[in-house]
This record gives sequence, C-alpha cells and structure tokens, in this order.
Amino acid sequence: MKTLDVQNIVKKHAGNAGGLLGILQEIQVRYGYLPQEALRIVSESIGYPLVDVYGVATFYRSFSLEPRGKHLCSVCLGTACHVRGAPKIYREFKNHLGIEAGQTTPDREFTLETVNCLGACALGPVVVVDGRYFPSVNSTQVEEIIEQTRHGFDVELIRGDERVFPVEVSCHRCNHSLMDPGYLLDGYPSIRVTVSFRRKHGWLRLSSLYGSHRVESEYEIPLNEVVSFFCPHCHAELTGPTVCAVCGAAMVQMIVRGGGTVQICSRHGCKGHLLDVA
Amino acid sequence: MITFTINGLKASAERGTTILEAARFLGFPIPTLCHMEGLTPYGACRLCIVEIGEGENAKLVTSCTYPVEEGLKVRTASRRVVRARKMILELLLASSPQSKTIQDLAAAHDVRQQRFRQEYEDCILCGLCVRMCKEQMVAGAIGFRGRGEDRSVGTPFDIKSEKCRLCGGCIYVCPVCQLRCTYTEPEKAICGGCANLSPPCIEKDRFNDIMCYMDPCVACEIKENEE
Ligand code: SF4
Ligand code: SF4
Ligand code: FES
Ligand code: FES
Repeated sequence: MKTLDVQNIVKKHAGNAGGLLGILQEIQVRYGYLPQEALRIVSESIGYPLVDVYGVATFYRSFSLEPRGKHLCSVCLGTACHVRGAPKIYREFKNHLGIEAGQTTPDREFTLETVNCLGACALGPVVVVDGRYFPSVNSTQVEEIIEQTRHGFDVELIRGDERVFPVEVSCHRCNHSLMDPGYLLDGYPSIRVTVSFRRKHGWLRLSSLYGSHRVESEYEIPLNEVVSFFCPHCHAELTGPTVCAVCGAAMVQMIVRGGGTVQICSRHGCKGHLLDVA
Repeated sequence: MITFTINGLKASAERGTTILEAARFLGFPIPTLCHMEGLTPYGACRLCIVEIGEGENAKLVTSCTYPVEEGLKVRTASRRVVRARKMILELLLASSPQSKTIQDLAAAHDVRQQRFRQEYEDCILCGLCVRMCKEQMVAGAIGFRGRGEDRSVGTPFDIKSEKCRLCGGCIYVCPVCQLRCTYTEPEKAICGGCANLSPPCIEKDRFNDIMCYMDPCVACEIKENEE
C-alpha cells in the first residue's frame, strides 16, 4: 500500500463534505479491502476522528477490512433456502474451506460469506460463486463447485481451444467474469458489458487484448459520446469515481483476474486507459 | 418564551429547552438511562418517553430530545406512557439483567416479570461512554462499530487506542458495567430482593423464627398485616 496513493484519492475528494464514503469506496476498489493504514491516513488528512471513519467502514457490507480472496462464495441463508437445507450447505462450505463466514482462506483463494436472500428463492438452496448462480445445491455438489472455481470457470469453458487471453476481467461488484468466450474479438474472447447513452441500451464488446481499442456495439455510438457502462450480470454501474487523464470523462473500472484493476475511459473514441496490476 | 402545558399545568420555558429539562425543573419526574447532563441528548434508551398531543394525534416521543413547542400538551405519566415504559424496562431486563441501574429502574417502576428470552449482554448501546469520551474527555477513543445485531462499542481495529487517556470516564458512566447485587438467585432477571420488598421470610414458613436484625423490617410489617 502506498501512502501517496491514498493521499491522492483523498485529495480528489477535497472540499466535498460528504466525501468520506467516496474515498473509502475508491480505496476498496483499489486494494480490494480497506487497509488499516489507509484508514489512518484518511482520518488524518480529512480531520475526521479515526473512530468515526472506522465506524463508517464497518457499517457497510460493501467494505471489507480484511483482504478478500480471489473468489467470493455467498451461501444464501434466507428463509426459503434455510428450509431447503441451506445450513447444511453452509456447513459443507465451512468444512471444505476451513473458514467461517466473513473469513478468507490463508491462500487468499476463497472468501466465504452468508447472505439473506438473493431473490431467487424458487431455486433454493442457492449458492453464488463469483457471480455465478448455483441452484438447488446439495451437499455433495459443494466440493465440486469449489474445485471448479479453483480451476477457473472460463478456463473450463474454453478448454479445447487452448488459448490464453491477455486480460481477463470481472465486475468490481459481483465479481462475475465479464469475458465472453462465445464472441471473439482480435481472436480472443471479448469483454461484454452493457452500455447506455441517449436512451439507447445495449451490449458492447471490447477486445481483451490490452492496447487494442477494438469495440463492437449493438448500437452505433457517436464519436466523443460519454456512455454509461453496466455489468451485464448484476447491473452495477461500472463507471468509477476516477476521471480520465486525457479527456476528463469518468473512468470505467473492472477487476483483473489475479489482482489489480483496469480502467478505461467512458468516452467513445478516447484512448485513455490505466492498467494497475497488483 | 414558549408556553405549554405539562400534566395539566400551564408552564413556560426558553425556546430550545427539551421537555425533559422543563419537566424536571417543574418537578415532574421522568426516568432516563441514556441521558446525562453535559452530554448531547441521544435518544437511545427510549425510557424518557412522554405523550404529547391529544386524541387521535397523541403520540409518544422521547422527552430528552424533544424541544418544547408553543401550545404543546405533555403528559409524563399517562397510562400509555406507563405501559410503554414498563415494556421498555422489561426489554432492557431481558438483555442486561446484571445491571444494577436497570434493576433499580425496573424495581422503581413496578416491573415484576420478564417474559422474553433471557440474554446477558454487556452493553445496551446507550452511547453514554462514546459521548463521554468524545465530548467531556475530548479523546474520541471509542465509538460504534458495525450495525444491526453486530453493532458494538469499542476502539478502532479492536486494538489499544493511542487516543485513550485512561481516564475511566467511559466506565464511570456506563449503566451496565455496574453490577447488581445478585441476591440468592443470580440467574433470575428480576432480583426480587430488597427493592421489591419481598424477602423470603414472607412466603417461606420455615423462616418464621429466623434471626433478623432488620428493624423495622418490611417483611414483618407485611406479615403482621396479614395475620
Ligand atoms: S478511558 Fe479512554 S475510552 Fe474511556 S472515556 Fe477516557 S479516554 Fe475515552
Ligand atoms: S458500554 Fe455502557 S455506556 Fe457504553 S454504550 Fe454500552 S451500555 Fe452504554
Ligand atoms: S432465501 Fe435464498 S434466495 Fe431467497
Ligand atoms: S433518556 Fe431519552 S431516550 Fe434515553
């Protein structure tokens, strides 16, 4: 963790009275968690007591004070899933991973969490791993799910055509992979997102070759138009709080498998981008 | 000056005075738990509720945070208030029966049962310690963390705070840190001892000839009345 980075993030929100949440969000995206040192720096730089910064950081579920694992397993313990045996599934996950809810395995591979209803009760018991839904899970399947995840779903899916692609990205909120092996660009699986601009709403595919700026989209996007990017799986806005160094438009953030983030400018035609691999 | 009525009595107070302050000044007692002079009102314990308004519009509000208004009609001990207050005390007893402060309040308000699942929380989240630390000790060493069921009071990261000046102010104001006398049955939520005025010698005949040095003793008086 670099002190300067955190200070820069804080500086960006200077003068904004309600900036604390934005600052913490940005730190969370950048490091995948809120390092203790970062919270101290934030507290000092904005002159807000550390207890209160800590209070806010522990209040919201989207913040994590511990480094998160590469894969996030959420086991639903909502009412519907509960009566269909979710506690057993949860126990199974605990046994296999050797951790409790909210913890991360020592090898930083898995983070286990429980949720209260994912809104898919009819499919219960539901388990979501990296944004992928597993319906009607039974306890014998748990090990399989874990193993499959460890291997990587996408590797599994495109095994056979033996290609490795340079960047593999996922949504910073649901962690679901944004790769689309069924649609190639530059010969590699493309990155699929949802975009909206001028009341139009459709898919957009980006080349996953870093440095290539090939995009294809459902609708023709006018040059220099700033568009909003969304995750096609959880519909979270991908546009982050940072701005493009070239043109000043908002940057779109995505997580790079294996750690780090990649940011691309949301203005069509602008080539501003930032790769930050941890 | 603002004029209002409290329990039927016409009264007036400075703008900004809370109902609690006004009532106490006029001599109407209102029990409190999370209120303390010198600390900002917080409205966490709900013990200080009073009824305001009339008929359909009557409602319960916490007097420690509610400023007096022109023409306000306040009742500090209506049937509704008393019932709600007893319920609040019962709930407090359900969470922290070991607290002397809560036991005393319960006894003083005639709470004689506790019908909820018994827990032994060591904090009722009244926030007195947090405010004490921040406002009087100007340290800001402790605060609230988490939310919902997981809300708790403590230092950031659960490690020794460099801000804490070890003044002990937080412990001094805490209503739960002070343990009650557990009498003969520590497990019971309501101690049933001295403050409730029912010593065992009343029910239990075998204590008839017990040596007792209490004089006058309420138990003896009750027994005499019964005979
Ligand atoms: S002892 Fe420490 S935590 Fe408690 S009030 Fe004093 S400064 Fe605050
Ligand atoms: S520790 Fe004591 S004073 Fe502090 S919030 Fe809990 S009950 Fe109140
Ligand atoms: S209870 Fe599990 S999805 Fe609703
Ligand atoms: S004293 Fe008013 S809510 Fe606690």
